[in-house]
Amino acid sequence: MPESLRGKAAIVGAADTEVGVVPHLGPTRLCVEAILGALEDAGLSKDDVDGLVTCNSIAEPCTYHAEAIAEYLQIFPRYCVSVATGGGTTFTALHQAAAAIATGLCNTVVVAMADSLRSRVSRERAVAMQASTGHPQFEAPWGAPVSASYALIARAHMHEYGTTPEQLAAVAVSTRAHAARNPAAQMRTPITIDDVLNSRMIADPLHLLDCSLISDGGAAVVLTSAERASDLRRRPVYLLGAGEGHGHEHISQARSLTTSAAVDSGRRAYRMAGMGPADVDFANLYDCFTPVVLILLEDLGFCAKGEGGAFVEAGHIAPDGRLPVNTHGGLLSHCHPGHPGAMFALTEAVRQVQGNGGERQLARAELGLVHGQGGVMSSHCTLILGRERTA
Amino acid sequence: MSDAPGRLVPVPTAETAEFWDACRRHELVLQRCHGCGQVQFYPRVLCGGCGSRELGWARASGRGVVKSFSIVRRPVSPAYASDGPYALLLVELEEGPTMMSTLTGCEPGRAFVGMPVTVAFDDWPEGVTMPRFRPA
Repeated sequence: MPESLRGKAAIVGAADTEVGVVPHLGPTRLCVEAILGALEDAGLSKDDVDGLVTCNSIAEPCTYHAEAIAEYLQIFPRYCVSVATGGGTTFTALHQAAAAIATGLCNTVVVAMADSLRSRVSRERAVAMQASTGHPQFEAPWGAPVSASYALIARAHMHEYGTTPEQLAAVAVSTRAHAARNPAAQMRTPITIDDVLNSRMIADPLHLLDCSLISDGGAAVVLTSAERASDLRRRPVYLLGAGEGHGHEHISQARSLTTSAAVDSGRRAYRMAGMGPADVDFANLYDCFTPVVLILLEDLGFCAKGEGGAFVEAGHIAPDGRLPVNTHGGLLSHCHPGHPGAMFALTEAVRQVQGNGGERQLARAELGLVHGQGGVMSSHCTLILGRERTA
Repeated sequence: MSDAPGRLVPVPTAETAEFWDACRRHELVLQRCHGCGQVQFYPRVLCGGCGSRELGWARASGRGVVKSFSIVRRPVSPAYASDGPYALLLVELEEGPTMMSTLTGCEPGRAFVGMPVTVAFDDWPEGVTMPRFRPA
């Protein structure tokens, strides 16, 4: 009964920590600060929390991560789990937390994620950690970083659909234009297509500026039942649709290099919400590398297959475009601390739907779509968030 | 040759030992399902198509085409950097499955999608033989 989750849960609080280069706070502290910030935003106390979801930290790994955070806070939840499906982590966690609320397992869940990839993990270890998504026998021995795996996707898209390096670069340029309006973003100086194409080649055809940042930071949201949400201080942001799709883990096993299981996650989320891509006002899409955005725009139905490059080049995902994408600046320009990366796409979507976007508030933000993907286009989760409980 | 950290060496499992043993003999082998005839890679205990556990091994032609590639300039560790940039490949084998590998026998810049390639075994001093591909 996938329809059963529509409007059952709402996000009632959200907070980001300082992001970017934050050497003075470790990942546990960042996680705790994010939780306290989100609870304050919601007007709730820690004792209102009966569910906690975290993701493990690379910099400070801890087998019982969520339990450790609960212990630190001295809360004693009924539902407590740490998750890790890479970039898909955030939204699969939200999906499952909403299900936990809908089935009465718990009532108020905090989803909190933080890490310190920039300041507390060596660049070599961060690269090796990312590459560990490769198959240990049939991929990892070739020594390629994760950027090269995404480059394989980019190259295939270029070959199949005539996508150009300029079109890939246009994703980075547009995302930076959004970040320029976000005082919290790690990288805010506007860039041009030429800046991207002239930046160092990392793994053909991906240049340095086609790749996301390596950052510190954390974020948290508070999710509760729609009933509880109605009398809290913030305007509730309802979860109207959620869907997952899982196509493979290893890129060499992908059934297609240019079409992902985002097709499935999107279809499931739209169906639950009772709406389609044309209804969506903005989309915050996982942008670890520029080609991912093109493929997600296509697979989520915002443009036809193969037309992602032209869609972006026409300015449609820019701040004044028809579908603003990554209004906070995304992983490319806002921050990317690893597993927690997609959290900031979520907290930004919450702010936009609430109308709290500050100088970057969109004119229309009643319905937002957020999408996370992990591995190499492997695990996908799409969420649709709205201002009204019944859309 | 850099000593630490070294290259990541595949550690065979019960399912994959036959594949790596064949590589050591400079033969490329693939699993074939006795039930439905599907050829698969990587080796598994069951057929990914029909679920049968009745699988055998068949020698592959070693021929394929480049499905996609990237030229790696910043590998995961210095152990991979000694020969300079190299082309990472996805090779679609003549028998159907896709395999990740690297290009040998020509400059990495010569790689292209659709390039016909053939297997070329590389005996690593670490004691494993890796199936690479060269222009056909």
